[in-house]
Amino acid sequence: MKLSYFPGCTLKNQAKNFEDSALCSLKKLGVEVKEIDRWNCCGTVFSMTTDDLIHHLAPIRNLIRTKEQNSNKLMTLCAMCYNTIKRANERVKADQESLDIINDLMYREEIKYTGDVEVLHLLEILKNDITFENIKQKVVKPLKDLKIASYYGCYLVRPKEIGFDDLENPIVMDELVSALGGNPIDFPFKTECCGAYETVDRPDIIANRTHQILSSAKNYGADAVAVSCPLCFFNLDARQKETQKKFPEFKNIPILYFSQLMALALDCDEESMKFNLHYIDPKPLLKEKGLI
Amino acid sequence: MRIIISRQKIRSPFVAKVEELSGQNLLACYQCGKCSAGCPNVDQMDIPPNQLIRFAQLGMEEELKNSKSIWICASCMTCNVRCPKGINIAEVIESIRQIVLRKRNDHVEVKKLSDSEKQNVPPIALISCFRKFTS
Repeated sequence: MKLSYFPGCTLKNQAKNFEDSALCSLKKLGVEVKEIDRWNCCGTVFSMTTDDLIHHLAPIRNLIRTKEQNSNKLMTLCAMCYNTIKRANERVKADQESLDIINDLMYREEIKYTGDVEVLHLLEILKNDITFENIKQKVVKPLKDLKIASYYGCYLVRPKEIGFDDLENPIVMDELVSALGGNPIDFPFKTECCGAYETVDRPDIIANRTHQILSSAKNYGADAVAVSCPLCFFNLDARQKETQKKFPEFKNIPILYFSQLMALALDCDEESMKFNLHYIDPKPLLKEKGLI
Repeated sequence: MRIIISRQKIRSPFVAKVEELSGQNLLACYQCGKCSAGCPNVDQMDIPPNQLIRFAQLGMEEELKNSKSIWICASCMTCNVRCPKGINIAEVIESIRQIVLRKRNDHVEVKKLSDSEKQNVPPIALISCFRKFTS
């Protein structure tokens, strides 16, 4: 299976732990992915006004890059990139006039986009194409005794048209945790927004969100929380600092990308996990469980 | 708060613009409140989502454009998926934001952000913030 891969801005720096662990895991699973050339920022978030076409150029241009690679499938890891590119794709597929205008605006491109690229998130590829059964068989170090609350956030599951799992009760990441030998913990705030871009001018709001989401996960018995988005990761991990200042009784909990859980179970080397990029160090927990 | 209801306000260009930009039928809302019930940031808002729709129905342009709510909304779309009438409240809020932003009234001034504020957040945070809060 040949997949084009779109990393997005943050996976090359502050979320390198996400990228490296995902790419190592995919290698162990025998899946070939190729990063598209000359990709540009997807321009997150999806522009929601009916008259705006200019903000759809950035995501559509990445689909043209996919076609230049002779591929029809584009995989992303970041939930926000997935949401933005997929919604832009659906927008132009539904309206030929918009697509024509967008192609005209990008007149310097050698290929005209015709709406034939499929935008996929790694979790749906793991579930539908690779299957959790196959992943289970390739597990070398089961995540025994590791209780993981899977946090989906907004952009993986909403709006309904692009979500690949139930929007009020998604379970795909929990199924992955099970397949990896871990103990999935369900909790009520798994699709509650982390606050996203409010983190820039209102970190106090993020403190509220983080406190509510992580306290709930802890109350339901989670050792750590798994995420799929670099912004969720930042808000739930680094912003624990502001959360602790605002809510002194708040107890820290490590945050992990679902790909790091895969990398652990599939026996990738610790270098690919890049735990140094975490604010709350997950190593003590993982050492205690005998996973590193 | 003094609320003036008039036919002119309800049939105003502002209401037409909100409906045009959002692509939503404001009069479909029957104020069930599920949007506000699901909104994660409603405690920070001066006008909760269901009231934003009501204000929009009544053409209360100044109250909407000056509200704090439209800048507290994180576009999480919980309101959209909960609405029993299929109204995309997030799109309505986005259209009010755009009406303000398109007059070059940025909510976040990039120049005023300190170096540490810019460095300590990941690129994705800055990109999405500028996309939503600046023109």
